[in-house]
Amino acid sequence: MTTPATPTSRAAALEFRGVTKRYGSGEESTGAVNDLSFTVPAGTICVLVGPSGCGKTTSLKMVNRLIEPTGGQILLDGSDVMSEDVTALRRRIGYVIQQVGLFPHLTIGRNVAVVPALMGWTRERQQARTDELLSLVGLEPGRYRNRYPSQLSGGERQRVGVARALAADPPLMLMDEPFAAVDPIVRQRLQDEFLRLQRALAKTILFVTHDVDEAIKMGDLIAVMEEGGRLAQFGPPEEILAHPASDFVARFVGQDRGLKRLSLSTIADLRTEPLGRREGLPTFSPDTTLRDALSILLVADTRGGVALDEAGQPRGLVTVDAIASALADDRPRRAARA
Amino acid sequence: MNGEPLVRWDWLWAHLGPIADRIGQHLYLTAIAVGVGFVISFALAAVSIRRRRLYPPVVVVATALYTIPSFALFAALVAITGLSILTAEIPLVLYTFILFVPNIVAGFDAVPWDVLDAADGMGFTAGQRWWRVELPLALPLVVASLRLATVSTIGLVTVSAILGDRFGGLGYYILDGYHRTFTTEILVGGLLSIGLAVLADLGFVLLQRVLTPWAAARAVSR
Repeated sequence: MTTPATPTSRAAALEFRGVTKRYGSGEESTGAVNDLSFTVPAGTICVLVGPSGCGKTTSLKMVNRLIEPTGGQILLDGSDVMSEDVTALRRRIGYVIQQVGLFPHLTIGRNVAVVPALMGWTRERQQARTDELLSLVGLEPGRYRNRYPSQLSGGERQRVGVARALAADPPLMLMDEPFAAVDPIVRQRLQDEFLRLQRALAKTILFVTHDVDEAIKMGDLIAVMEEGGRLAQFGPPEEILAHPASDFVARFVGQDRGLKRLSLSTIADLRTEPLGRREGLPTFSPDTTLRDALSILLVADTRGGVALDEAGQPRGLVTVDAIASALADDRPRRAARA
Repeated sequence: MNGEPLVRWDWLWAHLGPIADRIGQHLYLTAIAVGVGFVISFALAAVSIRRRRLYPPVVVVATALYTIPSFALFAALVAITGLSILTAEIPLVLYTFILFVPNIVAGFDAVPWDVLDAADGMGFTAGQRWWRVELPLALPLVVASLRLATVSTIGLVTVSAILGDRFGGLGYYILDGYHRTFTTEILVGGLLSIGLAVLADLGFVLLQRVLTPWAAARAVSR
């Protein structure tokens, strides 16, 4: 990879403080937001998830002021977004949308360099940054730089959209259903690549989706929103799956939330039992999710499987019971709440 | 017809200079009509886009103007503006409105909303958005309307020959040939006028290619 044109990557903390948006007189109108408060620490991904019309996109668009709040404050690194010049604010916030919104009349290279160009970077610096970012999102600059958006596949266009949003090294990225318009296989790949990218970039990201599975996969924190634009629950995915705060959240995350929780842990996290005879048993690499392991064990109909360590050496026995007990860690708490 | 050949080549060779002058006049009258018509139409389109309620009446009026026979309009204007260039240009300009306005409006309507949303979200000012995003994306239909109006006006300029031999461009030869029952003149006026229209058409196709290379790229691959 090329040397970064902008070596220092910054991230900003984002705080919603009693944010409200009303449309007309109707209090519960579609897209309204009601007294929303939460904090996203710098460098983490916060996913806003909820049914359509719950105000999640409205909330996102209030951050870069495409929609102006009726009340409350949105703080970016402690300063109110309403107090800053709107153009300057938007240029330091990355923005990725479902339809991508690439400029059809500009080449991929110039699309990526749009914000640097607005900010008056030199041609050379724009070009260096463009090539760096295209490589970063897995598009070979020499092949893609001079193409037009209409010549790219949906997945490629979405990568360009991410590269474009990263161009000016923004401390905050807003992503509105960024992977919803591509097919499931491409979506999964884009999600995985983005998470890998985020491990290196550590941006603060506000991510909107209607898909619970995507929220669980992408989010360090999840804000579940319900009709009327109210925050139903806010916390890490593990907590939302283990302890839904209301019937609404429990229904929204689904009956299979136990299985979903299993997909948050891997074989490496699991306490194993001593390994006896291992002939004919399936083997699991450390990064296999417990959900996949359970599925394989149920299908294989064996007494267990072999957990391998990083070196590929057998570490111990994985059983259905062991996986079940990984879920059971918080059962007493749930019983106490009932 | 009294033994005359269809085309008197000797007449043609003897009049190359005047014919060139008439071609120049034809293009001059066309350019003024298309230029003025475009500027007024662009303003009408801009107002129509911003105030949508005004768009239907604008189209109704532009359509009504287009239905007035050109012959009658030239004749009627003589009473007001005399035998001036205004009399020749006013009808030509009025006829362009219906060719320009709906196409320009459609051009700006065709700019995808997600592109505008992205532009706003990335911090384009209103002016930057218009010049760098909206206008370039509306350009294919704007150029198409210029092409249409130019070809149409090249045809209509010939009618202004009824205002006298200071007008009409190549139409002068059509009218003069008709009065003198001189086929060569009619053919020269008619065919060269068609030739101009075809050349203008090709010119705008080329201009379109140069201005919107991205639109051609769309067809190439997906």
